[in-house]
Amino acid sequence: MAEAVAKEKVVKAPKEALFSKKNRKLITDPLTDNNPITIQVLGICSALAITAQLQASIVMAFSVLFVLGVGNVVISLMRNIIPSKIRIIVQLIVVATLVIIVDLVLKTFAYELSKTLSVFVGLIITNCIIMGRFEAFALANTPWKSFLDGIGNAAGYGIILIIVGFFRELLGSGTLLGVQVLGDPIEKTGLYAFGYENNGFMLLSPMALIVVGLIIWVQRSRNVALIEEH
Amino acid sequence: MAKNTDSNLYTVLFAIGMVIVVGSLLAFMASYFNPAISLNKKLEKQQNILFAMGVNESTLTDDPDDANSFVPTDKVTSEFGKYITEQLVIEGDKVSKDSLAYLIDLKKEKELAKNPNYTRRLPLFIGEKDGQKFFIVPMRGSGLWDAIWGFMALNTDLETVKGVFFDHKGETPGLGSNIKEAFFMDDFVGENIFSDGQFKGINVAKGNADPKNEDKNDNEVDAIAGATITGNGIASMIKKDVAMYLPYFNTLK
Repeated sequence: MAEAVAKEKVVKAPKEALFSKKNRKLITDPLTDNNPITIQVLGICSALAITAQLQASIVMAFSVLFVLGVGNVVISLMRNIIPSKIRIIVQLIVVATLVIIVDLVLKTFAYELSKTLSVFVGLIITNCIIMGRFEAFALANTPWKSFLDGIGNAAGYGIILIIVGFFRELLGSGTLLGVQVLGDPIEKTGLYAFGYENNGFMLLSPMALIVVGLIIWVQRSRNVALIEEH
Repeated sequence: MAKNTDSNLYTVLFAIGMVIVVGSLLAFMASYFNPAISLNKKLEKQQNILFAMGVNESTLTDDPDDANSFVPTDKVTSEFGKYITEQLVIEGDKVSKDSLAYLIDLKKEKELAKNPNYTRRLPLFIGEKDGQKFFIVPMRGSGLWDAIWGFMALNTDLETVKGVFFDHKGETPGLGSNIKEAFFMDDFVGENIFSDGQFKGINVAKGNADPKNEDKNDNEVDAIAGATITGNGIASMIKKDVAMYLPYFNTLK
């Protein structure tokens, strides 16, 4: 987890100096006030499916970061030659091709990692954030801006995924990244010695939705401007 | 832009061009990477078989922390030759030695066996470690989403489990995917697949009757919460696939 955060910072820090304020907003906005999951309510399906474990959430976050960053650039480069009638199909082909290439390369050079990722391949293609960003941003903007937008949105998605994964694994299995942090539930050590029990319900998908709901609640109570008027 | 990207002709040509470019790119990459990928798969099978009989990275490093990792890929072929003393192929009553038995594709055999005239080829691996003999049976079944498979190492009594390895193609992360975690696989060690002389297999039980798994003769291990169907898949895979070897095992007893 700490490693993941550090990596993200290393990637971003040198670029930020080159950014104009407007470009910076492309990355920071989706992290908070325009988060793809909590504000735009996109990508919920994969957020429910794979957040039972923190590790899976992190792997998914980075997979989407790569596919959305590169995909946005490819679509943006092609934006003037894509016929508008078949643009959705073209976008789909770009995502699918990228994902298959990544999968093949991983299978060759990092076989173990590719096995961990195999479940996510299908989920990445169906992630509506990816198609959403292609359609809404990359088709109308330059490659550099599209790249920033892709990274920003994928990071905003990844942060929520990691938060949800953290709580679901901690409360559902009593572990974090597979390490027993609350004691041993069978030997009754740590917290379990005081009668604490894992909440098996946290492992099931509906709880992901409830955790996302709680995050939305916290976010909106801190930033009243996000609350829609009816 | 001089081109009219809305015209039908352009759209059709673009679609055709895209299909040709993407299709040939993917076909090229797939055939280019294929030899390396199939080598990886071969090594993985060797790693899996060794893991089931308790040969893992810690066998080489003597560090018990490595007990959950495979033998590294660069050493696995020599280790496989060292620990696996015999590879047999059982075809009905006929038993033959075949040093490539581990490459038999269980999925294909299962398909072919649907033809009643076909005698299914059953690979069996005999390993030896520290003077102990292991009989390793490969298995293949289905979980919740896709295929699951594994290897079961049996003691010389051909009843007691010495070790297992499970893997899966696409079980739910955090739930069904836990079948390949040590805490689940370790539960099988010492279990008996027979009960009162009858083949029972090993049930993946939800009852939580024996969470520490102290009763080794109950033909049961503790299930994983939230992974009922994957667990049932494991139980039926063991029951079906190990049973196919019983006629041969009876000739050895």
